[in-house]
Amino acid sequence: MVTNLASRLMSRGISRKRAVKARAFSYFRAATIDQALDAHARAGDDARFIAGGQSLVPALSLRLQAPRLLIDITHIDEMRGVRREGDTLRIGALTRHCEMLSEPLIAEFAPLLHAAAPFVAHPAIRNRGTFGGSVALADPASEFPAMTLALGAEIEIAGPAGHRRVKADDFFIDLCETALQPGELITAIYVPLFKADQRFAFDELARRRGDYALVGCGMIATCTGERIDDIRISFFSVGNTPTRVKGVEATLIGARLDAERIAAAQGALESDLAPPESDEVPPAMRLHLARVLLGRLLGHLGEGA
Amino acid sequence: MSAPLTSLDRPNSYIGRSVPRPNAKRLLAGRGRYVSDLRLPRMLHAAFLRSPHAHAKIVSINIDEARALEGVHLVATGADLAKICTPWTGTLDHFKGMTSAPQLPLPLDRVVWAGQAVVAVVAESRAIAEDALELIEVDYEDLPVVVDIDSAREAGGPLVNPGTANNTCFRSQLDNGTVDDAFAHAAHVVEEEFTFGRHTAVTLEPRAIVAEYDPSAGMLTVHHGTQTPYQFQDLYSRHYGIPEARVRVIATDIGGSFGMKLHVYHEDMAVVGLSILLGRPVKYLADRMESFVSDIHARDHRVRARMALDAKGEILAMDVVDLTAIGAFSTYPRTSVVEGNQVIRLIGAPYRFRNYRATLEVIFQNKVQTSQYRAVGHPIACAVTERLVDMAASKVGLDPFVIRAQNVIADDAYPQTSPTGYRFEALSHQACLKRLHEIMDYGSLRAEQADLRKRGVYRGIGIAAFVEITNPSPAFYGVGGARISSQDGAIVSLTPSGEVRCLISVTEQGQGTEAIISQIVADQLGLAQERVKVITGDTEVTPHGGATWACRGAGIGGETALQATRALKRNILEIAALILQEQPSALDIVDGEVVDAATRKQRLPIFEIARIAYFRSDTLPPGTQAQLTVSHHFAPQGYPFAFTNGIQGCSLEVDVETGLIKLLKHFIVEDCGRVINPMLVDEQLRGGIVQGLGAALFEECRYSETGQLMNGSLADYLVPMPMEMPDIVIAHVETPTADTELGAKGVGEAGTAAASASVLNAVNDALAPFDATISSIPITPAKVLKALKRF
Ligand SMILES: Cc1cc2nc3c(=O)[nH]c(=O)nc-3n(C[C@H](O)[C@H](O)[C@H](O)COP(=O)(O)OP(=O)(O)OC[C@H]3O[C@@H](n4cnc5c(N)ncnc54)[C@H](O)[C@@H]3O)c2cc1C
Repeated sequence: MVTNLASRLMSRGISRKRAVKARAFSYFRAATIDQALDAHARAGDDARFIAGGQSLVPALSLRLQAPRLLIDITHIDEMRGVRREGDTLRIGALTRHCEMLSEPLIAEFAPLLHAAAPFVAHPAIRNRGTFGGSVALADPASEFPAMTLALGAEIEIAGPAGHRRVKADDFFIDLCETALQPGELITAIYVPLFKADQRFAFDELARRRGDYALVGCGMIATCTGERIDDIRISFFSVGNTPTRVKGVEATLIGARLDAERIAAAQGALESDLAPPESDEVPPAMRLHLARVLLGRLLGHLGEGA
Repeated sequence: MSAPLTSLDRPNSYIGRSVPRPNAKRLLAGRGRYVSDLRLPRMLHAAFLRSPHAHAKIVSINIDEARALEGVHLVATGADLAKICTPWTGTLDHFKGMTSAPQLPLPLDRVVWAGQAVVAVVAESRAIAEDALELIEVDYEDLPVVVDIDSAREAGGPLVNPGTANNTCFRSQLDNGTVDDAFAHAAHVVEEEFTFGRHTAVTLEPRAIVAEYDPSAGMLTVHHGTQTPYQFQDLYSRHYGIPEARVRVIATDIGGSFGMKLHVYHEDMAVVGLSILLGRPVKYLADRMESFVSDIHARDHRVRARMALDAKGEILAMDVVDLTAIGAFSTYPRTSVVEGNQVIRLIGAPYRFRNYRATLEVIFQNKVQTSQYRAVGHPIACAVTERLVDMAASKVGLDPFVIRAQNVIADDAYPQTSPTGYRFEALSHQACLKRLHEIMDYGSLRAEQADLRKRGVYRGIGIAAFVEITNPSPAFYGVGGARISSQDGAIVSLTPSGEVRCLISVTEQGQGTEAIISQIVADQLGLAQERVKVITGDTEVTPHGGATWACRGAGIGGETALQATRALKRNILEIAALILQEQPSALDIVDGEVVDAATRKQRLPIFEIARIAYFRSDTLPPGTQAQLTVSHHFAPQGYPFAFTNGIQGCSLEVDVETGLIKLLKHFIVEDCGRVINPMLVDEQLRGGIVQGLGAALFEECRYSETGQLMNGSLADYLVPMPMEMPDIVIAHVETPTADTELGAKGVGEAGTAAASASVLNAVNDALAPFDATISSIPITPAKVLKALKRF
């Protein structure tokens, strides 16, 4: 099993030439970021970084990808750990999904990620899958990439040309396409610290627990009393990328969350989302579900969830 | 039943007792011996190139590069295997007029479904074999594709088998001639069209086979993950022209089967041929995605049905048309029409009405074959009948329990023959209904439902009565010319140290066959269960028999073991009587000791009898030949099938905004006759129900217009998982069959039979305030929201 994306690819192409054993490849374990970048450069484009392997290994086994070289990045200390840096939380790219649940700093300063984590796959996958891997893959059905948008996070990237930081808002470009260039590594993700005047809400609709959602949403609001000063809302499983709904946000800023306002926000959703055709979840249905979910989450937020 | 077989307080009374499966610990410890794990010396690995087209002409195949790859031993096409394997045809004589094209391991010139195996590669490893697959070039020419039922039936439309008149595989009609009249005089008529999603078994262990042909001995040994080793021994022997005694099929541990692993698969037949061509062991293990496109599917039906009732809600008649699409071939050797046949024969089975008409049409299309999968036809027959009964109840203004109580065949009215010709020995619908009402606490459930509805919470309650076919006689397959046994055989021996070994033809797929056989043997002989060893699944060791399918293991296999053991006991007591100078009838065996039958006084341990018989026969009276091994065969006689019955109930909640359904609790009252091991019976029911709930809410093989399977992976094909499954409350009614001493009937399919029907009724009950109905499973959020007109 692979991500929603890959599974879609492979299910559709099911009867094409495919396999269950990966093509032969070489393996290199990098101890530092530089070693990893260097190994990638030397292999040309024919290499892949491997982190948790929860998406890459199935893709290799099905021969959807067949790089000559795998560069294991899981032993790079610089990419590990969670710590405060000024008014941000630095979450190392190698932070595993299960650590999102167990790490106290995340529970305190990035509660939205903590709330989303139980919805990511199942325990065995969470024990290996990494935050950086999830963001790098940028599956539009994934929880964490969308939450980096809701959080206004910054993604730290190391590449042959040096280090840079990209805002989550600028990171996700299209299906499978991000600001990350071939041969570049995500080293950490910086998240603004959660503050006393903020509220958050997260939920998703899925047919089975642990599945990719039919539609999912996370939001974080800064409030004065009952008034919303600022709000960021991000959806997943609604299109080719994780999607911030700026039109909806605009209807809410400066307002109180009463029933009327929530209905207005739900009404605005249509112009922010354009769900793709899908044989099982028609666009109109996905939009309906997004509206229902938005209404419920804003309701929670109003209750001070 | 006159003399009860069991009195649980006497020693060694195992019939009716929950004892653990002796093999469970071994499997849990990771010591299972699955074919998937098997490695033989000199073993090679097969992989298959599959058709990307649902229907196409094979113009040319270029295998040169693949053949040249290092590590590749053989690349074989349809023509190579056709030279050594005779074709097979999936028809049976008792289905008059049925047709199906002959099949070969690999196609010669045409592919008929997307995913069909086309070329086989055998190599040192699976990875190398897959490397070679990438080097094969096949040139196809697209042919018109037949996908959905309607276009398959269109006159002048594309044909699955060019040259034939149409895409019909089989047609059948049941009609007692009185239906139109009954409908004309009915006070109420309810009618609905039902659709059922194609789904598949999804066993934990995929299909696995290792074939080993030894040319020096002319001997074929096949390690095969199957339920039916004897059937395959016969087939490999006949299609490859190897004498039966030189074909050995070994079916050891198997990671689930559910009926899926008793059919002939093209890859499996090919692997046998590849091993013959190479003279080496060849292994093939279907990967999960191959399983989705090559394991049999099931339950692709569209049923239009109506029911006539009188003013008081008495069912008068049913009129049914079942259309089912089965893929490009009928499956061999059990065919793909048994399911439809059982649908039209089981509809209405719990009820008393006499006027019935049903038409079955079985249709070819360009998809993988369908065939028998757990509860063959039952869930469809049950859903159609029970939904119509509920629709009738609301039309007449009766509670679902009341209309059923009014219409089921009375418990004291047996024997009965159904309007479709099934003969029922003794069923217990009334008792089951009553018990279900109690265990559901139906009154409180309804009160709670009414209460919650006021607060915008929509709960639904659904019930569904069912009849299950078990213990099949030769009427099932034998009469149609299939070499599929309905008898079983057992060989029971007293070992030199006084233990018992039982070789039996029924097989174990994790349901506990070996456990119940050892219980029956220990019980009947008078021995601790730990001292009985049961051996199954090896045609060279165990006697020929039907093995395990259609719920026959306990009823037929169990009776075989019972009678064999009684014969062994007679023989042991004869020797004991000689030694003790008593009449055999004055003796009995308790806990491994020969005792005085009247006083239970211990006389002689049976290991002493074994010691004397095996090692000191000189001390026995002249002319005595101790027979401490007994073989016995048993075939069911009397009723052609032992029918069972029961009823299920479901409580669930529908989120009317999202269409998501939460199962709250499930209930079943079941009557499988004599319960041998309550724990195993309950687990069969639970497992079966979960499979039925999967069908109700999740499972469906979805195809594109071009015949591509759209969701052939476990990420997209949803199977039921623990988080979504409700607690299941179980109760029993016991009506043993008088056809056997044991009195056991089957139970493996009862759970699956009515689970989806009770969910369908419960969902419709929940939606009742909205004037929204659903008549299609799986019940997806999209269908619920569509019915509620939410988008
Ligand atoms: C059964 C199953 C269910 C799942 N369900 C969900 C779910 O519900 N929600 C969800 O979000 N995910 C789900 N996943 C995916 C899982 O979360 C993956 O772990 C995650 O998407 C990728 O993380 P990884 O560390 O395993 O990456 P890998 O598989 O190792 O790599 C994935 C890709 O990212 C690249 N990559 C990895 N790390 C970096 C880095 N630091 N910098 C640059 N590139 C990098 C790799 O080169 C590769 O191309 C599921 C997976 C499985 C197997």
